[in-house]
Amino acid sequence: MTEVTASTFQSESSQGVKMPSYWGVVFGITLLALIFHYVSPGVLPDRWWPEWEIPAEEWLTTRIEWLKSEATIFGIAFKDITRAIGEGLKAPVKWAEYVLYRGHANMSWIWLTVILASVVTYFSTLRNGLIAAVLFLTPILMALFFGDAAPESITSLPKMLSDGLKGIGAKALYGPIPWVAIAAGVIILGHWIGGWRLALLCAFTMLYLAVFNVWKDTMRTMTIVVVAVPMAAFVGVVLGIWVTRSKIAARIITPIFDLMQAVPHMAYLAPVAALFALGPVTALIATVVFAMPPMARCTILGLQTVPEEIVESGKMSGCTRRQLLWKVALPSGKRTLMLGVNQVVMQTFAMVVIASIAGAQGLGHKLLYSLQQLKLGTAIELGIAISVVAIVLDRLTQGYANKETDHFAVAKTWAQRHKHMLIFLVILVLSYIAAIWFRDVTIPPSKLTYTGAEGKVTLFDPKVLARWMDGGIREFNKNAFDYINPIRDWVTLNFLIPVRNFFLWMPWPVFVFVVGAAAWRYGGLSVLLLCLALMASFIVTGFWVETMKTTYLVLIATLLCVIIGVPLGVWAARSERVANILMPICDTLQTFPSFIYLIPAIMLFRVGDFANVFAIIPYATVPAIRYTYLGLKRIPEVTVEAAIANGTTKRQRLWKVELPIAIPEIMLGLNQTIMMALAMTAITALIGSTDLGQEVVRSISTQNFGRGILAGFFIAALGIIADRIIGSWADERKKQLGIG
Amino acid sequence: MSAEVQIKCRNIWKIFGDNPKRFMKRHKGAPTPEALKEAGYIGAVQDVSFDVHAGEILIIMGLSGSGKSTLIRCITRLNDPTAGEMEYEGRDLLKVSERELIDIRRHKMGMVFQSFGLLPNRDVLENVAFPLEVQGMDKAERVQRAKDMIELVGLQGRESYFPRELSGGQQQRVGIARSLAVEPDIWFLDEPFSALDPLIRAEMQDEFMRLQQKLKKTIVFITHDFEEATKLADRIGIMKDGRMVQLDTPEQIVLNPADDYVAEFARNAPRERIVSVGTIMKPIDPSAEGTVLVSEKIGSVAQQVLTANRPMGVVDEAGQIIGSVTREDVATTIFTRDAA
Repeated sequence: MTEVTASTFQSESSQGVKMPSYWGVVFGITLLALIFHYVSPGVLPDRWWPEWEIPAEEWLTTRIEWLKSEATIFGIAFKDITRAIGEGLKAPVKWAEYVLYRGHANMSWIWLTVILASVVTYFSTLRNGLIAAVLFLTPILMALFFGDAAPESITSLPKMLSDGLKGIGAKALYGPIPWVAIAAGVIILGHWIGGWRLALLCAFTMLYLAVFNVWKDTMRTMTIVVVAVPMAAFVGVVLGIWVTRSKIAARIITPIFDLMQAVPHMAYLAPVAALFALGPVTALIATVVFAMPPMARCTILGLQTVPEEIVESGKMSGCTRRQLLWKVALPSGKRTLMLGVNQVVMQTFAMVVIASIAGAQGLGHKLLYSLQQLKLGTAIELGIAISVVAIVLDRLTQGYANKETDHFAVAKTWAQRHKHMLIFLVILVLSYIAAIWFRDVTIPPSKLTYTGAEGKVTLFDPKVLARWMDGGIREFNKNAFDYINPIRDWVTLNFLIPVRNFFLWMPWPVFVFVVGAAAWRYGGLSVLLLCLALMASFIVTGFWVETMKTTYLVLIATLLCVIIGVPLGVWAARSERVANILMPICDTLQTFPSFIYLIPAIMLFRVGDFANVFAIIPYATVPAIRYTYLGLKRIPEVTVEAAIANGTTKRQRLWKVELPIAIPEIMLGLNQTIMMALAMTAITALIGSTDLGQEVVRSISTQNFGRGILAGFFIAALGIIADRIIGSWADERKKQLGIG
Repeated sequence: MSAEVQIKCRNIWKIFGDNPKRFMKRHKGAPTPEALKEAGYIGAVQDVSFDVHAGEILIIMGLSGSGKSTLIRCITRLNDPTAGEMEYEGRDLLKVSERELIDIRRHKMGMVFQSFGLLPNRDVLENVAFPLEVQGMDKAERVQRAKDMIELVGLQGRESYFPRELSGGQQQRVGIARSLAVEPDIWFLDEPFSALDPLIRAEMQDEFMRLQQKLKKTIVFITHDFEEATKLADRIGIMKDGRMVQLDTPEQIVLNPADDYVAEFARNAPRERIVSVGTIMKPIDPSAEGTVLVSEKIGSVAQQVLTANRPMGVVDEAGQIIGSVTREDVATTIFTRDAA
């Protein structure tokens, strides 16, 4: 490879004739075309010809209508199938609601089941316990599934039990699990997984949720999380195993995952909302679909990276194929699998927050509402709640993945080994008993009060604090806008708007030519064809303007992210102290659902393109920093030492040795930055924009799902184009450097 | 040497490439190295035939890329050979069903790996008991058997340690215990000591010899270390570029190398520890004084012979004088590197 390049280089220079470079030619043609377009506008087309437009949007809309009304599969109406799935999924969601925050007359039934199952399990086997649980839960499930249509004999038993309990006044048993017990459970879990530090973090979070009166909303959000996580994890593991075992499956599923990864969260809501009514079930399905691919990816990775010798030792031990999977491969890949669960949990949480626009109740819904009402104090309180919950979820699942088995446990007594669980059970029982007399044990009060000799005194009311913060922000803005607004307006007028206008003015063939030239140069024919097809898809369907608005936003945001991120990465790679501060911040920034980043943007800049770019930057800069840091850190020490021995200065070393070697890695970071910026443009649509993201958001409220699905796909298309071109470039470069 | 053949391998080929089977057919089952190269195929194992005798230690030696690891994976069918025949207990190993193969592995074969291949999620006891677990042995029995094996390799007291908490030598002991747990007839060792430090390696080699004296297994042992091969082997097969260039006893390989490649190894070999008195023995010399045993390696009798003024007599196990050995013979064998 290198030899060829060297010889071509030599022959070029030895001929003495300076051949224009590939990019020189491309640039020349582009410039000529643009000048031509400026001089005589109208010759080069700036829009696709309307008479040749493909009406994909109407076609898709009528298809969806047809699916919802007429389509049948094996004689069963499609709408009945979706309704059945919807009803089926409602049941677990409902139960999670009862358990977490609503309470229900049948709760007593659940407790009886749990107690009975544990007693049976204790005295016999696990299997018997499960059978007992299923038997006892059946009436409830039947009652739930069939609603009022359930036979009386089935519903009467739980009713009798509930009435009986009502008689003895154990009203508390109807309630959800007391918040005190849930909070204690999370703290105990934290201690079990990560010791006192994590327990403290959990305690702080639980306290925050209770004091700031967001407990119920958090539980509403968690309802979908606790139902979606096991479903997504299960489907992901099954698909992952399938891909590693069947070449056909790999060929079908891998490209679908690639596409799914490029589609922003928001775009998942449109097709699901098209088929299911808005509400928690839509949120649940979209969440499961969105959160599943990382699990499958981790499963594939975990299974494929099991060292060859471990697989061979399994085979030589006489494992059947099934034993090889369950006893050798999966347990060996456990850590990777658990990191997959971590990702599923984080993605689920992020998605549920966003799913608020499709009817999911909870933190996201409240946050969206308060942002739209410009109640920034409340938004900040909710934003902090979402952030701390995200951090706790991340630390708990990650800690569990990395948890070492305590192999000295054998020497301890049963009680010692299970002390965390025992303490939790005691608190659970005690909190239920306390709930009989104190309502606040079940659900935290909306404000902290103290009843003393002078009557009721309010100690803390989050609403008052929020109002106070609103006032503060208003006051701050009143003064700061004198400084902020001119900057915002100046940048918008002199920088953002001109770039935007350029993209809208530019004839589409020029765009196609430049992108095509890059695709051809780095990826060859197959990448060129893919990119042409993807570009054609948004040009001929009449989405050119929206797509260009997105492109412009993403390009500017990416540029800023690189300008900020790469130097930070370099700085971190050079100084351990900086890395120790910067990398945890990056980790934390990445755990937050993207929604959060809207709050400071709105707070400082209200709405508009400037605010949008501002919201994208903290979210999308992280990969630029991280990949630069990793790329520099991965340079073999010998290489750096050789450069030092050759007498380079620090600066020479950076520019002549380190950056050239790290550049493929940095480009992959750029790739990620573009992906995240694209995903974020769909979120910034919530605070007003006119690009593809806005189309997605609007389609859900206007029920124009065809348009939303297309817009979502085009965002993905942009992502795939960037990914393929940059990816091929980085691959080629890595091969040249011999580090592929 | 008892000549009962346990595994018979005939014309084993393993070729990597797009469609090795078709390629083999096109070249009538015997492609030349040039043909392989031209078609872009890699002949990892080429036309290798040999027998493994019951109770012997057969060492397959070669540098990296010589095909020795591929060869052992062909015999164990971890990799199916492209062509050839392999007979074990009268059955063609290449034609047995998957079920039968699993059965053979469960009861007849044990294998030790270079980087141990231990299951990271299981402790020592569970690792050793693993082959017994997958064949469905009941818990109490397999735990007992595993404990016996752990004691055999001297790891008692570490049953509840996890692989990552053990040193390399200890991990390989676990690997050895695991491979022996099913009481296999044939024991495969794929560079078992190559990942260990020299001191530990020597210790493990002695340990290995101690075990073999006790267990008397049929062993196929892979190594790239010629010294290790000469120390442990009954017979050594030397591989180069996928072909087996010589298969013989260590003495014969050192004294009569088949080609320059083998001679290169033999040159630096510690002959005094390989060649036995019997090999350099001359006919009976009446003037001989004192005796040495015929099966002794010359290194261990060198001082005796070199300090004697006259040739020494050579006696067999029964004490019968069967030949003589001179100072010159011993000195030449030890110091002449380019002999033969």
